[in-house]
Amino acid sequence: MTLKQVVNNVAEMPASKKAVVDIKKLSLTFQTADGPVYALSDVDLTIEEGDFVSFIGPSGCGKTTLLRVIADLEQATGGEISINGVTPHEAREKRAYGYVFQAPALLPWRSIERNVTLPLEIMEISKEERVKRAQEALKLVELNGFEKKFPWQLSGGMQQRASIARALSFDADLLLMDEPFGALDEIVRDHLNEQLLKLWARTNKTVAFVTHSIPEAVYLSSKIVVMSPRPGRIIDVIETDFPKDRTLDIRETPEFLEIAHRVREGLRAGHSNDE
Amino acid sequence: MMSGQTGPVCVVLIALLVLWYVGAVFMNAPTQIDRYNRADQSWTTGQLIEDTLAQDRPILPAPHQVAVEMYHSIFAIKITSKRSLVYHSWVTLSSTLLGFGIGTLLGVLLAVGIVHVMTLEKSLMPWVISSQTIPILAIAPMIIVVLGAIGIKGLVPKAVISTYLCFFPVTISMVKGLRSPQVIQLDLMRTYNASKWQTFWQLRLPSAMPYLFASLKVAIAISLVGAIVGELPTGAQAGLGARLLAGSYYGQTIQIWSALLTAAFVAAILVVIVGWCERRVLARMGVKS
Repeated sequence: MTLKQVVNNVAEMPASKKAVVDIKKLSLTFQTADGPVYALSDVDLTIEEGDFVSFIGPSGCGKTTLLRVIADLEQATGGEISINGVTPHEAREKRAYGYVFQAPALLPWRSIERNVTLPLEIMEISKEERVKRAQEALKLVELNGFEKKFPWQLSGGMQQRASIARALSFDADLLLMDEPFGALDEIVRDHLNEQLLKLWARTNKTVAFVTHSIPEAVYLSSKIVVMSPRPGRIIDVIETDFPKDRTLDIRETPEFLEIAHRVREGLRAGHSNDE
Repeated sequence: MMSGQTGPVCVVLIALLVLWYVGAVFMNAPTQIDRYNRADQSWTTGQLIEDTLAQDRPILPAPHQVAVEMYHSIFAIKITSKRSLVYHSWVTLSSTLLGFGIGTLLGVLLAVGIVHVMTLEKSLMPWVISSQTIPILAIAPMIIVVLGAIGIKGLVPKAVISTYLCFFPVTISMVKGLRSPQVIQLDLMRTYNASKWQTFWQLRLPSAMPYLFASLKVAIAISLVGAIVGELPTGAQAGLGARLLAGSYYGQTIQIWSALLTAAFVAAILVVIVGWCERRVLARMGVKS
């Protein structure tokens, strides 16, 4: 299958899937002492149910800001955005998404299990149910057996897995991940990527994933959003058609390399008006 | 850890005792020589040293004199007696603990207010800081007199002085502690749509615990100082402060020193107890030991 075929196949697919995130003409300008900073400008994007969307681009391209706008951690200054048909604020109030940060952000005084149950406690779910759900979530990230450990007793990769379990514990359909594996080494990262794909295939969640690694973006995604800085904007959206149960081996295939090449070209084009 | 510290601490202690004895001999020698001269008595150096360490009202009493006095007034006298240091310590300790309790509570409440309400930070913080620029020796008698005038006497006015001193480190540390959670942790709570109250209990308060205990160690010690200062203007009725004052009225230096050392021991024990609580709490919070 060539890239063209892959892209065509996607184009021919019926557009019957529900839009989870719908963004139209979105812009965000930060007012700073040195004048306005255009973090996002004229962003149009639709994330459909079951999509795995990667945001890739150099630092300052607004990929994290965009994720934070979706999560209502940042407010857009122009345009429209809806999450499951409601505003990001309402979506946050309904706990519509789980958010995984760059750092694990585990609370050091809580055991792994109690870290995973933290959102459930805040949602006032009964203790019995909390423990049950924590067990399930920890199993999904292969951390069962570490319930009673404290965060400092775990490696960086395991801590980040625990933070993913925490985001999964309340079973939101949308998972927002902000460079979750950015601080980890290549080997751990490959392993976690594989696990994340399995998890995605099994749970059919919608994932929005920020990264600055081209192979990671191509390997994981069903849709790659290439972004460029100053002002932060989308310059290319690439849909891929790898099967959900793909393995790390696909990284050697021509299709993979072709998509990676297109991403790299996009990034380079976005950068050219910079220098 | 203890075995590593015991040696050095003992060396310092012995050095201090030696210094103290040497100091006692030299400081008490002039009055002793004076006494010999008036009695027209001849004396040897050995006799002089012996006598300077056994005076009734020495300028600097020797350690063993203080030790004997402390043993006598702590263990030998019934603790209900007005001459018992246990009795006086208890009087001081009770107002110390009351003041410490109220001061800690006040300090934490002020910090919670300051962290959560912008106007409180702007309006209260300058007052909190300037409150500590007033010398406690100047304000203590006024607190005693003013509260006495409206019929509040005894324990409470002294506790108020302790409170006045000890809320300050608690407020300052707790403001810092309650603000210590990282942005990413606060964002996390926001993604769960956690209320301010939930964020406080689950994130801010646990984050502030190390800060709280650091300030409590300072607070308990100055709380004791506050209680002693509070006992000075009451006319030496009861308490370690009264004992100090009475001792200085009558030139009872041995009594002053034993009250002083007792106060130091009580303060040390209180700080150790707070430290023990700190270790227990932090161990339960999973801190590496």
